[in-house]
Amino acid sequence: MGAGHGGALATRYLPGSSAVHRLEPHLKLVAVLAFAVVVVATPVHAPWAPAAYGGYLLAVLTVAAVAGVGPGRLVRGLVVEVPFVAFAALLPFVARGPRVEVLGLSLSQSGLAAGGGLLAKATLSILAATVLAATTEPRALLRGLERLRLPQLLVQILMFMIRYADVVGGELQRMRVARESRGFTGGGVRGLRVVAATAGTLFVRSYERGERVHLAMLSRGYSGTMPSGPVAPADPRSWALALTLPLAAAAVLLTGMLLG
Amino acid sequence: MSTPPSLLVEDLAFAYPDGHQALFGVDLRIERGERVALLGPNGAGKTTLVLHLNGILRGGRGRVSVAGLDVGKRTLPEIRRRVGVVFQDPDDQLFMPTVGEDVAFGPRNLGLPEAEVAARVAEALDRVRMADAADRPPHHLSFGQRRRVAVATVLAMQPEIVVLDEPSSNLDPAGRRELAEVLDELPVTLLMVTHDLPYAAQLCPRSVVLDGGLVVADGPTAELLADAPLLAAHRLELPYGFSPRPAG
Repeated sequence: MGAGHGGALATRYLPGSSAVHRLEPHLKLVAVLAFAVVVVATPVHAPWAPAAYGGYLLAVLTVAAVAGVGPGRLVRGLVVEVPFVAFAALLPFVARGPRVEVLGLSLSQSGLAAGGGLLAKATLSILAATVLAATTEPRALLRGLERLRLPQLLVQILMFMIRYADVVGGELQRMRVARESRGFTGGGVRGLRVVAATAGTLFVRSYERGERVHLAMLSRGYSGTMPSGPVAPADPRSWALALTLPLAAAAVLLTGMLLG
Repeated sequence: MSTPPSLLVEDLAFAYPDGHQALFGVDLRIERGERVALLGPNGAGKTTLVLHLNGILRGGRGRVSVAGLDVGKRTLPEIRRRVGVVFQDPDDQLFMPTVGEDVAFGPRNLGLPEAEVAARVAEALDRVRMADAADRPPHHLSFGQRRRVAVATVLAMQPEIVVLDEPSSNLDPAGRRELAEVLDELPVTLLMVTHDLPYAAQLCPRSVVLDGGLVVADGPTAELLADAPLLAAHRLELPYGFSPRPAG
């Protein structure tokens, strides 16, 4: 309900058939993780760090272009970064050490570098993750996580979350409509109480649904492990393709370290 | 030796841990290939009985046996293969990311080889006329389609008996008819728990009325539905304008 045809969690996915889309999900996960590790490993205070960030940005934007992920989608992906931005913006004010004057404000030099570095690293990692989310269906991501040997229990929890996000969202929506149909208009302390009661009811209902789902699973012979289907091994060319992004980033990092 | 009945329930009594006694000695025998409706008001013990059939609930008095195999801790995996329970809310039953994977869940739990799993998924989806939906996520389907897929998830286990909990609830008239057509063609023993008396009359030649934890009537559906005092005594009501035709 209100979540679009593909479900609440599938709205980030952009259907397509680019090379990035076709890559096996577990390879993409490895690539994004490796890219993020390289980005994070870049020394913040090195003079060549900004140039390296530029290189990483170029690499990830190239992948986004190949995948057909537009700038609008990338910017929307960055919304999750807002708390980081607030923290990064605080650093130049609170950090110690030599200070510089910027627009009449006295800012810490190392705080500025640290804040800037934090922001750049977070932005780059989130851009890569956004491209991953835009080119991989949620259930394909789960398969990828499973192939990377993430504990089954975690994969199952994620799977249920994806499956039931819409069901629970729909329940919430119906409760809201029912509430408002009886003249409720939110706001104020009284509103908070009603919202709290709604959350409680939703929790109890979801808990009961969990029990019913478990019952239905037991009835079909579930014994604690999720049986999975056949998996085809990834061929070396896919690996090479997937690792292009982190390797390009690593090349940028090494160049910086050698020249800088 | 004759074939054992699909389902045999003898003197089944059960009380929940909180002391509430739901069943007081139920006897029920369903022969292979029969289609039986289990009728009764809310709170009659219908759900409790259903949960005994595949061993989710155990430990009371009496005995349940499916095609000659007694329900017990050791026989549970085989019992759950033999008894396919279709629950009321298909969203409870369909939890995998796609319809095909969901139908494959049961056969894979049985440890079948992948080729056999694929064949069973295809056959089960075909039987419920959802063959083209294998790759779709369940939340993309209509309610009626989801209910039919839920039926397919148990058919893929090739059960001895399929137990349906309120199969016609929340369906629109077309969805109701489509499900009836699917159920009518299934070559399995069927036990249908329902309040929907016309649906019982349409699909099940025989009905059993459960009330107060006991079987209070058992006979041809048309005869039971024509017995107004019996229906009234057990809070069963025919919809306005519906008149049951006696068999024959």
